[in-house]
Amino acid sequence: MPEFVNLTIALIVAAITYGTPFLFGTLGEILTEKSGNLNLGVEGIMFMGGAVGLGGVFYYEKLTGNANGIVAVIVGILCAFIAGCIASLIFSFITITLRANQNVTGLALSIFGTGVGQFIGEYMRVSEGGYIAISNSLKGFFQNSPFPAFLQEIPVVGPILFSSSVFFYMGVVLAIAMHLFLKRSRKGLYLRSVGESPATADAAGINVTRYRYLATVIGGGISAIGGMVYIMTIAGCVWNHEGLSGVGWLAVALVIFCLWRPLSSIWGSILFGALMILYLRLNIPFIPMQIYKILPYVVTVIVLIVSSMRNQKENQPPEGLGLNYFREER
Amino acid sequence: MNKKHEPLIRLAKREMMPKGQVWAIRIGSILLALLLGGFILMAIGVNPIEAYGTIISGSLGKKTALRQTAKIAVPLLGCALAIAPCFKMRFWNIGAEGQITAGAIAASYFALYWADKLPALPLLVIMGAAGAIAGGIWALIPAFFKAKWNTNETLFTLMMNYIVIGIVRWLEGGPWEGRKGSQVIPQFAENACLPRVLGVHCGWIIVLILVVLMHIYMRHTKHGYEIAVIGDSINTARYAGMNVGRIMMRTMFISGAISGLVGFIVASGANGTLYHGVADGVGFTSITVAWLAQLNAFAMVAISGLLAVLTKGAETLQTRLAVPASISEIITGILLFCMLGCEFFINFRLILRAKKQQKEAAAEGKEANENA
Repeated sequence: MPEFVNLTIALIVAAITYGTPFLFGTLGEILTEKSGNLNLGVEGIMFMGGAVGLGGVFYYEKLTGNANGIVAVIVGILCAFIAGCIASLIFSFITITLRANQNVTGLALSIFGTGVGQFIGEYMRVSEGGYIAISNSLKGFFQNSPFPAFLQEIPVVGPILFSSSVFFYMGVVLAIAMHLFLKRSRKGLYLRSVGESPATADAAGINVTRYRYLATVIGGGISAIGGMVYIMTIAGCVWNHEGLSGVGWLAVALVIFCLWRPLSSIWGSILFGALMILYLRLNIPFIPMQIYKILPYVVTVIVLIVSSMRNQKENQPPEGLGLNYFREER
Repeated sequence: MNKKHEPLIRLAKREMMPKGQVWAIRIGSILLALLLGGFILMAIGVNPIEAYGTIISGSLGKKTALRQTAKIAVPLLGCALAIAPCFKMRFWNIGAEGQITAGAIAASYFALYWADKLPALPLLVIMGAAGAIAGGIWALIPAFFKAKWNTNETLFTLMMNYIVIGIVRWLEGGPWEGRKGSQVIPQFAENACLPRVLGVHCGWIIVLILVVLMHIYMRHTKHGYEIAVIGDSINTARYAGMNVGRIMMRTMFISGAISGLVGFIVASGANGTLYHGVADGVGFTSITVAWLAQLNAFAMVAISGLLAVLTKGAETLQTRLAVPASISEIITGILLFCMLGCEFFINFRLILRAKKQQKEAAAEGKEANENA
C-alpha cells in the first residue's frame, strides 16, 4: 500500500480517538440547548466527569482486586454520568427555578467544575501516595476496539471502521438515538417546542420546567462521559487537567458548528479530533508547531463567522436559547 | 376559582425591596457559601474553622503574605473593571484572558527591544500604551463581527484566548526565546519593570485610579448611559437612534484596552517577563468579581480582595494542611452559585397559598371600597 494511504488511515483513526470526547460533550450540549438552556459549564462538567469517572474505576479495581473489564467500563460511564447530572442539576436549579442569568451561571459552573475535578484528581493522588494507576488489562477495555481481530485486519476498512474504542461506537449509537428522539418522537417534538417558544409550549400544556430540567440534567450527564473518555483513552488513565482544559469549550463551539444536529456532530467531532492532532501527524514546513496547535480555535472562529454571515433560517439556534421562562412575564 | 389546582407556592415579581433587606440577603448568601464550603472541608476530614483560620492568617497574617494577596487582587480588580461595561451591555466577553495576554505581548515587545534605548518612565508609558492598544484591538475583532453579523461573541472571545496564548507559546520557543532551548523569554531589564510602592508593584495605584474613572464612566457619562440602555433593551436603544454596533465596538475596545493594561501590569510588575500563563485564569475569575459586585466599581474592590484572600489562603492551606489549592476554586464557585441564586429572593416574591388568599381578599375589599 502506498505510504500516503497508510498515513491517511492513521490520521483518521487518531482523529476518531481524539474526536470521541468531543462527540459526547457536544451531544450532551445539543440536548441541553434544544430545551432552550445554554449551559456554558460544559468545561467544568467534563472535568468533573473525568475525575469522578477515573476515581470510580480506580476504587472499583482497588476494592474488588480482580476487576471485570466490562463492569469497569460501566462503572466509569455511570460515575461520570452521575457527576455530570449533579453538576447540571446545580445549573438547572439556579437558572430554571431561581431564574439567574444563564451565561454567568454557566461560567460559574465552569469555575466550580474545573475546581472540583482538579480537587478530586489531586486529592486521590495525595491520599493514594502519589500515583493513580489502573492495571494494563483494565486499560485495554477502555482503549482497545471491542471487535475481533480479523475484522480489524481488513485492509483500509478494518482500521477505520473497527479499530476505535468502544466509546466511539456508543457515541455514534447515541447520536442516532438522539436524532430519532428529537425528530421522530412526540416527546422530542415537545422538547424542541420548549426550546423554541416556551410560552407557546406552556400554553399547549407542556410542562416547560420539567422538560428543561430533564434535558439539561441528562445532557450534562452525557457531556460528562466525554470527560471520562478523554481521561481513560487519550490521557492514558491518569489525571491530566492540562490536556482536558479547553475540550469542553470546543464542545460548546462544536454545537454551533453542527447546527444543533446530532448526526452532524459525528463527523464534526472527528474533524475537530483531526485538527487537534494534525500537528503530530502532518508536518508542514515553515509553520511552527505552536502556531499549528491553534488551528482548531482558528477554524472555530471562522466557522462562527461564516455561519453567522450565512444566517439561514433552518440553521438558527433554538429561538428561546439562553432565555429564562417566567410565565407571568410578557 | 378551583382551589385544588392552585399551587402551593406562586411567584410574583417584587417591586422594590428596602436596601437593608437586599444587603441582608446578599450577606446571608455569602455566609451560606462559606458554610457549604465548610461542609466540603469537613467531608475530607479537615476542621473547617481551622481551615478558614488558616486561609485568613495565611493571606493577611504577615506583611509578606499581605503583599502577595494584594498582588493577586490587582489583576483581578483591573480585569473586573474591564469586563463591567461589556456585561452591563449584555455583551458576554469571556475573552479577557486573551486580551490580557495580547496586552502583555505588546508591552513585552518594548520591554525586550527598547529597554536599552529609553529611560524608565517613557519606556513604561510606551509599554502601557502598547498593551492597552493591543488588548483593545484583540477585543475589537469579535465586537466587529458581533456588530456586523451578530456572530456569537461568547465563543468568539473565548477562542481568541487560545489563539493568543498559542502565539505566546510560539514566541517562547521561537523568536523571543532567551537562552537557546530554554523555551523561556528572558527577564525584563530593570527600567522595564514597574517600581514598587509599599512593597507591591505600583500597578495597584493604577488600578485604584481606574476604579474611580470606571465609576464615573459608567454612572455619569453619555457613554455609560448608552451602555445601560443597550443592556436593558437593544430595540429601545435602536429606537432612540443609538448606533448599537458602534457603541458595542467602542465599549469592547475600552474593555480590551483595560485588560491589555492589566496584562502590562502583570508582565512588567508581577512577573518581570512574559510567559504563556501570564493571564493565569484571571480573565475568568474576574467575571465572577464583576458579577458578584453587581458591576459596581467600588464593590469590586471588596470582592476581588475576598477572592484574593481565598486564593492566597488556599495556597497556605495546601502547604499546612495538605488540602489541594483548588479548594479556592470550589469555594469561589459555591460563592457565585449562592450569590446568583439569592438575587431570586430579591427580584421575586414567593406567595404561599393561604397567604395569597388573604391578600386577595384584602385587595378585593379595597377595590370594593374604591368602587363605592
